Amino acid sequence: MPKDNDSGIGASPKRREDVRFLTGAGNYTDDINVNGQAYVHFLRADVAHATINSIDTSAAAKMPGVVKIFTGADFAEVGGIPCGWGVTDRHGNPQQEPRHPIIADGTIRHVGEIVAAVVADTVEQARDAAEAIELNLSDKPAVVNMAGALAEDSTKVHEDLTSNLCYDWVFGNDDDTAVQAAFDSAAHVTTLDLVNNRLVANPMEPRVAIGEYTRGTDEYTLHTTSQNPHVIRLLMCAFVLGLPEHKVRVVAPDVGGGFGSKIFHYAEEAFCTHAAKACGRAVKWTSTRSEAFISDAHGRDHVTKIELALDADNNFTALRTNTMANMGAYLSTFSTSVPSYLHGTLMAGNYKTPVVQVNVKTVFTNTVPVDAYRGAGRPEATYQLERVIDKAARELGTDPIALRRQNFITEFPYETPVALTYDTGDYVATMDKLEQVADVAGFAARRAASEAKGRLRGFGVNCYIEACGIAPSNIVGMLGARAGLYDAATVRVNATGTISVFVGAHSHGQGHETSFPQVVAEMIGIDESMVDIVHGDTGRVPFGMGTYGSRSIAVCGSAMVRATEKIINKAKKIAAHLMEASDADIELKDGQFTVAGTDKSVAWGDVTLTAYVPHNYPLEELEPGLEETAFYDPANFTYPAGAYACEVEVDPDTGKVSIERFAAADDFGNIINPMIVDGQVHGGLGQGIGQALLENAAYDEDGQLLSASYMDYAMPRADDVPFYQVDHSCQTPCTHNPLGVKGCGEAGAIGSPPAVVNAVVDALQSGGKEVTHIDMPLSPSRVWSAMNG
Amino acid sequence: MLFGKDDKMYEFEFEKPSTVAEAVAALADEDAQALGGGQTLIPTLKQRLAMPSKLVSLTGIDGMKGVSGGDGMLSIGGATTHAEVAEAAADAYPALAALAGQIGDPAVRNRGTIGGSLANNDPAACYPAAALGSGATIMTNRREITADDYFRGLFETALEDGEIITAVRFPVPQKASYQKFLQPASRFALVGVFAAKYAAGVRVAVTGASEEGVFRWNEAEAALDADFTPEALDGLSVDAGSMMADLHGSKAYRAHLVGVMAKRAVAAAA
Repeated sequence: MPKDNDSGIGASPKRREDVRFLTGAGNYTDDINVNGQAYVHFLRADVAHATINSIDTSAAAKMPGVVKIFTGADFAEVGGIPCGWGVTDRHGNPQQEPRHPIIADGTIRHVGEIVAAVVADTVEQARDAAEAIELNLSDKPAVVNMAGALAEDSTKVHEDLTSNLCYDWVFGNDDDTAVQAAFDSAAHVTTLDLVNNRLVANPMEPRVAIGEYTRGTDEYTLHTTSQNPHVIRLLMCAFVLGLPEHKVRVVAPDVGGGFGSKIFHYAEEAFCTHAAKACGRAVKWTSTRSEAFISDAHGRDHVTKIELALDADNNFTALRTNTMANMGAYLSTFSTSVPSYLHGTLMAGNYKTPVVQVNVKTVFTNTVPVDAYRGAGRPEATYQLERVIDKAARELGTDPIALRRQNFITEFPYETPVALTYDTGDYVATMDKLEQVADVAGFAARRAASEAKGRLRGFGVNCYIEACGIAPSNIVGMLGARAGLYDAATVRVNATGTISVFVGAHSHGQGHETSFPQVVAEMIGIDESMVDIVHGDTGRVPFGMGTYGSRSIAVCGSAMVRATEKIINKAKKIAAHLMEASDADIELKDGQFTVAGTDKSVAWGDVTLTAYVPHNYPLEELEPGLEETAFYDPANFTYPAGAYACEVEVDPDTGKVSIERFAAADDFGNIINPMIVDGQVHGGLGQGIGQALLENAAYDEDGQLLSASYMDYAMPRADDVPFYQVDHSCQTPCTHNPLGVKGCGEAGAIGSPPAVVNAVVDALQSGGKEVTHIDMPLSPSRVWSAMNG
Repeated sequence: MLFGKDDKMYEFEFEKPSTVAEAVAALADEDAQALGGGQTLIPTLKQRLAMPSKLVSLTGIDGMKGVSGGDGMLSIGGATTHAEVAEAAADAYPALAALAGQIGDPAVRNRGTIGGSLANNDPAACYPAAALGSGATIMTNRREITADDYFRGLFETALEDGEIITAVRFPVPQKASYQKFLQPASRFALVGVFAAKYAAGVRVAVTGASEEGVFRWNEAEAALDADFTPEALDGLSVDAGSMMADLHGSKAYRAHLVGVMAKRAVAAAA
């Protein structure tokens, strides 16, 4: 079948899944209703820290429609929610790991924690009854500020731990004396204190869970809004509920965005599964937006001091960071990996700094747990590094782009001082491309035009690198991961030649249903409409680790390629049999098997039909059927990298920042669907700009979330972002996966915040303001205060 | 504020009368509450922060809808939506129409009413600035209340129990403008200033800023009476001590913005 420009690898067919999403034909978890289901309403703590003296549910239990009321005591025999990564501290000790109960057991540790759960016939009845539950609490001082939490006299979030310190970790060069010596001998040292603001992920679809139990077969089904249903099944079965995995099916149907917040195993999932059996009815929970603010894991929340040493020629000679990272009240699934290995390993950035030391203290506080959010550790690393480089350039009076170029890594593979080996990249090329796309040469004229109308204009640039395609399982295992990080795909060819690919990755906005078939169709030379993927159901797909960390095409896509290669190899044997030729002489092109050097051929459909109707078939040598599975464990991370530029206008009267231009030059290696890649970058940039200018999950000293609704939590709107110039024509293919792909999902969110802040500082300095830094979000009031401080 | 569909309200009775008299009668019940466009009350109910026994919708009363004018006055029915004002007042009172056209988003403007906004008197709402800045008269089923007497602080007004805003009468100024600086999250007014020039003098009303709710900036009015130019406000400032402070702006920032927005309003007044 001839291939046109609208199909195959490198083409941009429109996203086929969007037809159902945009026409109301999606099947989200809340769209699912099970016969006889009951509803749960969670009574959530409205104080941050308290001892639960007693819970009286007697009046509530008599309310109309109430099926059953659960408190912490009902889950005393159930395991806590596990943490998926164990970090070893600088002294060789394990992280402090408190029990993370499904329902608070004796102590409330954050606003939003589940204190009781009411299952009733209707949501209204459950909520009415929850209001009749009487709590007797003794308030305790709330631990909110991280520095305060680490003070010796601080109240402890967990009485059974030695302190509020989860771990004190060092990475890179751990010889303090040697690192100090590098700083002592520097010609210049730039120091910067900064905050990476706490964020709420805010996917469009709030979380939902429906637990079902079938008594006749002793089987459970959990429908949930998850990025990785197999991981949820494993964690819930093995660590929380003690259920046999083969008796539990976890389904994540259409999911309306995750951004990391739907990776984790949440209490509500285990609750609904457990309660379904206890109540003898399916139990459904749909989060309200208000609940999401205080029960979805938050992101970021780092406080950092970073120091950069340079020699007399402006070469970077050493980098040292000291970070406090907020864990919240409990350890969410991947919480401890984010400020450690997903952050420390990226501190070399795109630069050949010989000495790097990363120090991280993770801290328990009476706040919502903090975990991975789009970028997960890498945005925090990039922000620190690219801000301190910009500050250094200003202090040294040198051009920020030139300073970066001078220190770029230019030879690959490159072993960083923080444990990674970058396989490939070309940072000079992406910077060249950026300067062109961003029209650096035209900036002076644009600044003059802004100044003529009373505005300040600034230009900010930054580079980024990320480690994606997580991960070589043996490496992450050594670093403390309690899971493998391969992925899996099964390619099932039907008799008529159509194909279902069962993938471990989950698509919740990434467009897998379009891009994955592009690969398989291209490999075989058939129309993409003949290929579908199946995902999100442990009852159907092989054990994959799911979608996060920009890993889907790099890891699961590689598994899909391997499985498709097995299919092609077997199909060639069948074709060889049909044409009475040798396997080695069979070629597959455009869906036709031919014998090299002859005019003999059979079509793809003839071979697939033969596989399932094996009348003329080498049964003694080859099994019938055409279905293959591959598990793929990557040899290394992938390293997408790029350079971003932001141009802002600042209104000096009000401090309001508007982003006038934003350019991105990314190297994602090979690209399957450029349109989808553009969209991923656009979305990431929107979230990064949201962090830089708008979003802020702020707590007061009592542990109340001040920005607990959209009245105070500012999400980026369409008019907050510009039309982007996105270029991904610089492509250094990944050297170790079969597609040469690197991943693109997080780049925009990682690379954009420092560009925005660098641009605002540039604007303010152009107006004669002595401003060297403003902490995000750069709200009008913060910018104005900095200008008038 | 957005809510999931499972935010359930307490039960209440609902009436939708077609005349003011019926509405007044329906509101006589204890804990009955009038419902305008519901842009504040419905979210409050969904959060279970209010428990009225009965809601009396005013949006079925034809006599409370529409924009009419003449002789330098513009009268707007209490149940008239912001979208209707934005369209129908565009020629007669463009500054007021522009204000109405920039409240919330299209959904809010197609539901929310001027009477509902003024009765609620949110300290960050736009209409209070227009009413006070225009020296409007609040017409109720019982009496006429001047804007200067009507606003009594945060969410407080001169309205008595069971009293309904049937219309608002705006004197049309020679020139006017409303300038709003948006709170980044809610996009309510972080500070909004309405400046209007009348033959009898200039009125300047400020919303969003003060701990006491909407207020007139008398010092600015006096300066603008003498010289209706932005420069006339140079050196003037409001007392930061009485300003609100929150995540989105300090007292000093709000006080500063009052000056900036006032100048912009004067500059834009047409």
